[in-house]
Amino acid sequence: MLAAMLGEAWHAMGANRLRTFLTMLGMVIGVGAVVLMMAVGQGAQYAVSQSISSMGSNLFILISGSTTSGGVRSGSGGAPSLTVVDAEAIAELPGVQAVAPVHTGRTQMVYGPNNWSASTYGTTPSYLDVRSWTMASGYPFTESDLRSSTRVALIGKTVADNLFGDEDPVGKTIRVGQSPFMILGVLAAKGQSLDGRDQDDTMLIPLTTAQRKVYGTPFQGAVRMIMVQAETASGMPAVEKSMVSLLRQRHRLREGVDNDFYLRNLAEVADSAAETARIMSMLLGAIASVSLLVGGIGIMNIMLVSVTERTREIGIRLAIGSRERDILLQFLLEAIIISVVGCFIGLVLGVGGALLANALTDAMVVISGSSVLVAFGVAASVGVFFGFYPARKAARLDPIEALRYQ
Amino acid sequence: MAASQPVIRVEGLHKSYETPAGPFPVLKDVNLSIAPGEFVAVMGPSGSGKSTFMNILGCLDRPSAGHYVLDGRSVDELSKDELALLRNRTIGFVFQGFNLLPRMNLEDNVALPLVYYGVDREERRARAREMLQRVGLGNYAKSLPNRISGGQQQRVAIARALVNQPRLILADEPTGNLDSHTGEEVMTLFDEFNREGITIVLVTHEADIARHAKRQVRFLDGCIVHDGPTEHPDDNPSHPPLVRGGADLGRVETPSPDKGRDGEGLACLE
Repeated sequence: MLAAMLGEAWHAMGANRLRTFLTMLGMVIGVGAVVLMMAVGQGAQYAVSQSISSMGSNLFILISGSTTSGGVRSGSGGAPSLTVVDAEAIAELPGVQAVAPVHTGRTQMVYGPNNWSASTYGTTPSYLDVRSWTMASGYPFTESDLRSSTRVALIGKTVADNLFGDEDPVGKTIRVGQSPFMILGVLAAKGQSLDGRDQDDTMLIPLTTAQRKVYGTPFQGAVRMIMVQAETASGMPAVEKSMVSLLRQRHRLREGVDNDFYLRNLAEVADSAAETARIMSMLLGAIASVSLLVGGIGIMNIMLVSVTERTREIGIRLAIGSRERDILLQFLLEAIIISVVGCFIGLVLGVGGALLANALTDAMVVISGSSVLVAFGVAASVGVFFGFYPARKAARLDPIEALRYQ
Repeated sequence: MAASQPVIRVEGLHKSYETPAGPFPVLKDVNLSIAPGEFVAVMGPSGSGKSTFMNILGCLDRPSAGHYVLDGRSVDELSKDELALLRNRTIGFVFQGFNLLPRMNLEDNVALPLVYYGVDREERRARAREMLQRVGLGNYAKSLPNRISGGQQQRVAIARALVNQPRLILADEPTGNLDSHTGEEVMTLFDEFNREGITIVLVTHEADIARHAKRQVRFLDGCIVHDGPTEHPDDNPSHPPLVRGGADLGRVETPSPDKGRDGEGLACLE
């Protein structure tokens, strides 16, 4: 019986091809828009999560406080309030995974005829763990390099490209200021940070080397910032609290005195960025859903017209013994066929559009199986939902009235 | 005849429609019993309630009061689905306007009741072909209804009504849209099926058509005013021949002279 009804539905739809096509078009556009918009939204989310994970996870950044000299304040990091010893003490706290004190600056580096200026971080080997940074080639410096302040360096991809071009930098010696530095390795490319800075335009050198031989500092052991990685995201508030109280104690800050350091929770930054992307993605989906809704209403409209047009036919069917549910099923089936076929075409177009966008533009577009499934499910239910009322109307017709209808 | 159960038995049938001016009675206490194999013509002027009566017989409408027993089953308390089942299996309908589905070919039209009977495709096709053959349209199985004449369409409609082997055919002015010649052809088909034992109830205005029936029932103002065997002009030469297509009222004889001949003073038959 279902097969016969499918056949009849096919006939009925074939009898008015243009109308069926236009009705279907509503669904095609709706589903296509949903799939495409969800792909764009997920692409944005993916891009954000990529740059978040490139920053390192569960990160805090402690920055030295500011100084005031003759009424001029230095800005954060100006005061030598944080030290390597602070970092070592923080590393002992429960819930802390790794700690990397960082002394930052900018240096001019020269290799042969090329020279380049990049951010130069004096730090400890744990910096790579904290930032979840891997080596593209060579190997990282070690604690012994740190102890003996050797002149060794790790360079980011941008630096490597600018100084060495196609040459392999590992083992080569560059000049920083007046000192020769040996390149131990090249860092894996990380790309842009959330705020758009090129994270690969970086050189890492041992902290002690930076303090003693590159920048020099009047305060031995002082660092501009300390990066702290918590073991878990959920443990971050506890770590933050114990870290602050530890530092206040170590810096002998009395009750009521402001911290002499700044603390930034990068996870919060990351969360808000992820949240923004998620909201944008939802917004796109919501806008696209409106077109799906409009498509559904189009189906309902046409089904209502169809029921009116076929009133007499319904009367005949009722007279020769169809039950109400047979009529209901028949009209519902038509609505479902229109929406499912429309949905399928929409899916193909939407996925095709997303792939095309991927191929032609830089925009990251991600098609996930789940979004496709969801779109399909929603479309099928739109067919049922908007097809039900007209189908019920058809099934509830009075056979005598229907037979009399001209 | 007396021993066999009637196909149709109605007792005290009333039907009234709600109007702004209050209930308007269309059928007033109709009693009728039709035995298997009968061929009954239902006659009467328009508005006399015969269409409403046919709708109730066809399980398309329910009476306001009274009982209707179809083929041994009391129809009064059946559900909508059970009524649909009766329309599908026990009753075949033939309409004045043929009522074939225009988009379907003749074979599919004839097979349509079988779809709702749950018959599989191959058997549907075979039985539809057989029925088309019976009504002389075996070569038109794949034609659309608008390609054939009205008389042929009505024959297809009869094939559709009979494809599910019902016990009863209800025909509402089956020849009303046909000329007298094709009307006769259609009636010949009814005669044929009636000889095979199918009960036929036929509404008509035309005395010529009504003469095919063996029994005539006349409605007036919601009552049956005449119920008796068909009298043929040849049987009673003193009567003037029936005029085809004219106002039929009073032209069909009532069995008892005191009930009047022109519709006046007619009382409901008990």
